[in-house]
Amino acid sequence: MTPKPVSDLAQRLENGLFAVTAEVTLPDSIEKNALVERAQMLEPYCDAINITDSTGAVPHFSNIAAASILIENDIEPIIQFSCRDRNRIAVQADVIGAHAMGVRNIFCVTGDGVQTGDHPEAKPVFDLDSVTLLTTINHLKTTGKFLSGRELDAKPNLYLGAAVNPFVPPFEERALRLLKKHKAGASFFQTQYCFDIERFKSFLDRLLGLTKGAPPPLLVGVGPLRSARFARWLRENVPGVAVPDHVIEKIEKYPRNEQQKAGVEACIEIVDAVKTLTGVAGIHVMAYNWEASVSEIVEATGLSKPERDK
Amino acid sequence: MNKVRAFESTYLFCLKILSGIIPVLGTKRPFIWFMVTSEKALKKPLFGCQMCGQCILHSTGMVCPMGCPKTLRNGPCGGVRSDGNCEIKPDMKCVWVRAWDNSTQMAVFTESIQEIQPQLDHSLSGTSAWINDLGKKNDS
Repeated sequence: MTPKPVSDLAQRLENGLFAVTAEVTLPDSIEKNALVERAQMLEPYCDAINITDSTGAVPHFSNIAAASILIENDIEPIIQFSCRDRNRIAVQADVIGAHAMGVRNIFCVTGDGVQTGDHPEAKPVFDLDSVTLLTTINHLKTTGKFLSGRELDAKPNLYLGAAVNPFVPPFEERALRLLKKHKAGASFFQTQYCFDIERFKSFLDRLLGLTKGAPPPLLVGVGPLRSARFARWLRENVPGVAVPDHVIEKIEKYPRNEQQKAGVEACIEIVDAVKTLTGVAGIHVMAYNWEASVSEIVEATGLSKPERDK
Repeated sequence: MNKVRAFESTYLFCLKILSGIIPVLGTKRPFIWFMVTSEKALKKPLFGCQMCGQCILHSTGMVCPMGCPKTLRNGPCGGVRSDGNCEIKPDMKCVWVRAWDNSTQMAVFTESIQEIQPQLDHSLSGTSAWINDLGKKNDS
């Protein structure tokens, strides 16, 4: 008998069903409501919601608290853990605490350097890297023990994910890096923003070649650009986001008040181009501070919940 | 012979010699002092060595991963700039872009870059990587 899937996301991906995930922008609020409202805008359109871990090295709502609030509201979270703010002691403590709150999907990333954010004078941790973050959590998952060997009362039920960025150098290495993370314990992958379809296809070809056509579930990261100015800001200020000139020029052709619409359309085009590729298991929508656009993108690409499983 | 190949050959040569010496002398204090001093004196100017005590240079194209501002030991982060430079230090080539390029030029250790490196043991900082590596093999 195969073991019961640990989460709805795991169940979909393990059954080869197309998955849609989205990232919620964590509000700078001291109450639950603002977060719940944003997450509820996304929930009807996606299978699970990513909770970032003070992304961009800017302090935001605690990822574990946010995930617990989502669970209270029957929304499945994918909680992101970065290596920037926690050493191996804090990581292990937080993983078991999060598990007790009902968190099952954990997504491991390196994390942006502190220099990126609004507290550049902070001390970065990086006790672990994204791969050893995975091996550390996977050790808890498979053995029920801390790295020290001390035992928990049971093995945590976790579904681990990891990031892959096919859009920045060293390009040839990126598919191998995904497989290294897979070996380290990652069961599913989400990519950085995809604006360059050709680059993505060459990455996917290499991945399919290396895995004999059976790669682990991979969700393509997409997101709408609000304006040409925002696209330039994203390219220059968010590490690892590659926005090709032709994408910006396409949006820039429109007057300012129409650029928002053009940005959503460009995103829809990208989703349409990648969703049927062999090796693509789903999409991951990152609409920074613009949750309302997710419904439009998902509906227009025929990926709404009722349509997608037809 | 290029620089990467030369470093790789030197590594293999040292490995051969020290595999014989460390099991015999690895616990003697003057020898430990000699190893720590020579590792500092040679690897610091050549590779920017930070004496982590767990050298994996031959698995990373002879580029020290501790030179990465995030001290990543298992490959590049997702923040590498389009020109291959570091997210944190825009004027510096990403350590892992260099490591990847170099590893393709190696004769023996081309694929070692794909191995999963364990969590760094910070308690070994400042000690001899050669003794830690070959002494440990001897114990087990």
